[in-house]
Amino acid sequence: MDYWFCLLTFLIVFFKFTKGTELTFELPDSAKECFHEEIKKNTSVNVEFQVVTGGQYDVDVTVEDPKKKIIYKQIKMQFDSHSFTAEHTGIYVICFSNEFSTFSHKLVYFDLQVGDEQPLPGVGEHVTVMTQMESSAQDIHRALNNIIDFQTHHRLRETQGRKRAEDLNERVLWWSILESLAVLVIAFGQVFVLKNFFTEKKPFGVK
Amino acid sequence: MNSAINLLFLFILSILHNVCGLYFHIGETERKCFIEEIPDETSVIVNYKVELYDPRSGGYMPSSPGIGMHVEVRDPDDKTLLSRVYSSEGRISFTSHTPGEHVICMFSNSTAWFSGSQLRVHLDIQVGEHTINYGDVVQKEKLSELQLRIRQLLDQVDQISKEQNYQRYREERFRQTSESTNGRVLWWSIIQTGILLTMGAWQMKHLKSFFEAKKLV
Repeated sequence: MDYWFCLLTFLIVFFKFTKGTELTFELPDSAKECFHEEIKKNTSVNVEFQVVTGGQYDVDVTVEDPKKKIIYKQIKMQFDSHSFTAEHTGIYVICFSNEFSTFSHKLVYFDLQVGDEQPLPGVGEHVTVMTQMESSAQDIHRALNNIIDFQTHHRLRETQGRKRAEDLNERVLWWSILESLAVLVIAFGQVFVLKNFFTEKKPFGVK
Repeated sequence: MNSAINLLFLFILSILHNVCGLYFHIGETERKCFIEEIPDETSVIVNYKVELYDPRSGGYMPSSPGIGMHVEVRDPDDKTLLSRVYSSEGRISFTSHTPGEHVICMFSNSTAWFSGSQLRVHLDIQVGEHTINYGDVVQKEKLSELQLRIRQLLDQVDQISKEQNYQRYREERFRQTSESTNGRVLWWSIIQTGILLTMGAWQMKHLKSFFEAKKLV
């Protein structure tokens, strides 16, 4: 039993170790941000990104393998996900570039999953057949993981929607202020011009 | 004996865990921020390791003890939760008290001495139920495998319900904003129509009296 604990611990930590990274970072205008990760050969990798806010909600993404070959490239994408299997062991570079944009500051979320997602500690190394309870627990775990994934997406969508609404709100505010000023200026301007029109004629008429 | 092996495993793997993972480069005086949008009462663990660029070997050396990282964590109300200088390698954990966007900023405490030099930062941020170390749980509570699985499921469900609560909170805030915007737009259009009508009436009245005074009508 102790041996099992040992193996279990190993796999749990290993599971955590293979687990991916999720980061949300700011990408200033005309900047490029690169992230590096060492990936072993034949490991499946999944990259997912979404621009949360800023500009046209787009970003340039490239994934480069250890031999400097570009294996994935997207220009001005709002969101995407890409899966690949590492062909070589080495440092893979994921770059997010905002170089085409001169003033919009962006917020980018990305998720990097390296290695197969180990659904539960102990799985794979299981010598005995899993009991029904255990396999149900595993199924539930998978389902819950899916829920968490969807929640993350939902949260991002919500953030995107909210930021857009706030942005719109601000623009509408400015527009209304400008519009009322325009109405006032035009109203007084019209009267002034019209008055001028008639007063200018009058001196000639009198003389 | 077995628990000793177990501990050893944990030790080795925790080192591996800290060392491996994602990294990026920053300039010595640069500041890097990451945003985590999390519900309340959620724990976050940040593992990091900084290496300094070594021009002699052209590689990255685990930096000298003099170099530290200043880590700052701010909550959604822009209050500082944590602001401290840590060594070149470390593990920071905090628990959120208000739901929302938490900003985690890192910058080195180096002076302009070696500015222009590059730092390599290994970073790993774990949120919610991922922060729980089940190895420790097994050690402490002597759970069987099934119990551990159930324990993990419970933790996950817990995290999901927290997230849902947070979503509800967000939705409520968003709805309030929308309703208030709606109300304001309504009032705004009424007022604007009023302004327009007043202006039109004033123009007519003013011009009429003007023409009468000039004996044009």
